[in-house]
Amino acid sequence: MTTLLIAQIGLTLLVFVLLLSSAAGMVYVERKVAALIQQRIGPYLVGPWGLLQPLADVVKLMFKEELRPRAADAFLFALAPIISATCAFAAFAVVPFGGDTTLFGLIPEGLRLQVADVNVAILVVFAIASMSVYGIVLAGWSSNSKYSLLGGLRSAAQMISYELSYGLALAGVLVIGNSLSLTDIVDRQAGTWLGFIPRWFVFIQPIGFLIYMTAGIAETNRAPFDFPEAEQELVAGYHTEYSSMSFAMFFLAEYINMVTVSAVATDLFLGGWHGPFLPESLGWVWFLIKVAAILFFYVWMRWTLPRYRYDQLMRFGWKVLLPIAVINLLVTAAGVIYFDVR
Amino acid sequence: MLFYLFAAVAVVASLLVIAQRNPIYSVLLLIASFGALSGLYVLLDAPFVAVIQIIVYAGAIMVLFLFVVMLLNAPHEETELDERVHPMMHPGAVRLGAALAVALVVELVWALTEGGGESGAFNSGAVSSVNAIGRLLFTEYAFPFEVTSILILVAMVGAVVIARREHP
Repeated sequence: MTTLLIAQIGLTLLVFVLLLSSAAGMVYVERKVAALIQQRIGPYLVGPWGLLQPLADVVKLMFKEELRPRAADAFLFALAPIISATCAFAAFAVVPFGGDTTLFGLIPEGLRLQVADVNVAILVVFAIASMSVYGIVLAGWSSNSKYSLLGGLRSAAQMISYELSYGLALAGVLVIGNSLSLTDIVDRQAGTWLGFIPRWFVFIQPIGFLIYMTAGIAETNRAPFDFPEAEQELVAGYHTEYSSMSFAMFFLAEYINMVTVSAVATDLFLGGWHGPFLPESLGWVWFLIKVAAILFFYVWMRWTLPRYRYDQLMRFGWKVLLPIAVINLLVTAAGVIYFDVR
Repeated sequence: MLFYLFAAVAVVASLLVIAQRNPIYSVLLLIASFGALSGLYVLLDAPFVAVIQIIVYAGAIMVLFLFVVMLLNAPHEETELDERVHPMMHPGAVRLGAALAVALVVELVWALTEGGGESGAFNSGAVSSVNAIGRLLFTEYAFPFEVTSILILVAMVGAVVIARREHP
């Protein structure tokens, strides 16, 4: 019992540290990939190949002065980055990232690589994502600056619009998986068809996967849907008035949200920790590879595609993505009943 | 123990919602109250209902509230000077409100003392699962479920009509 408890606490701490360092890693990868795409070198001075650049960034941010506009609402101004960062960390708590492990025989029972095993896990991720809107909206409002307010309003409108398609894309997988638990859904994707095609849901739900990825980019406010912070028109959007560590909180939240969206996509569509060649106990390696691939895709998208116009974004979300998502769900449900997949 | 914590948060937050002069804080306190209610659902072994409470009320509906309040940008409610001439302070309105409040309190007391026996009718374990809720919703409660959707549709059409009236 106690060893299991210690292992559980250790796992929680490990996830926390991993998320923090993944954000730092993403800062580096983002800069390096951007540089490669733009035929530059990127960071190379701090540490070997510039690897310590994120650390230098953090030190710089910590020593900057914490500023607050005089007309700002002090309490909400301080609360907003806390909401953003807390939601980002909390969402990952229910995401499983590996099968059962005994830590090389150190603990008697298998420990699932997941902080909290909730049987409605996917809905919890969805609920926390919908709460994280408040961080951005409140940051925009409490700054008492027009750029921030516009950024906050845009973000609220964008997240409400794309949350629908996001949820409907998930529903397709839930109908096939016949469960709301991420662990169950991953376990249904074990094995292969015809001996070589992995039984990943992306092959049954290709449209659902595309909708999920598109809506996921919009949910995390990444380019080409980065309207809340469109720098050419809104200075920096909702975090215009923030500096130092409270600015870093928003930055951290954005990267961790990306990791969470990628991890959920891996669990739902790409078979989670199941993959060939590796034993089941090393499944988390497959998981990391898949998440890293999706994250690279994110960065690639950002430096390849120009930003949409705001009305185009709204029209696309409501008139293209949502109808496709509804039809996809209808066809999936009909297919499940017709072929009796259960 | 946890029940009293969540219940206290819900009650205090709800009271503060109407005691606040700043509408943004009212919205936020209402969200806190919904969060506490969701905690109560978890204690009742109904995680699905709890999560839906967060997604629908705290997430979707309150974002729209916040959106509207921010767009109107009403920083504070009108202060004492206007309160005397406010239509809600009309003697008739005050009397009607008082009568309604008394009726509500009487009903609440009656419900707590007389009508407490019904809550045990549901077996919480069977009702809380997603399967059970879905089955009940589409069999026993199908009619109220469909009527609710028509109600929402009517409200939507009404909103569009009101918004469009200015420029036909």
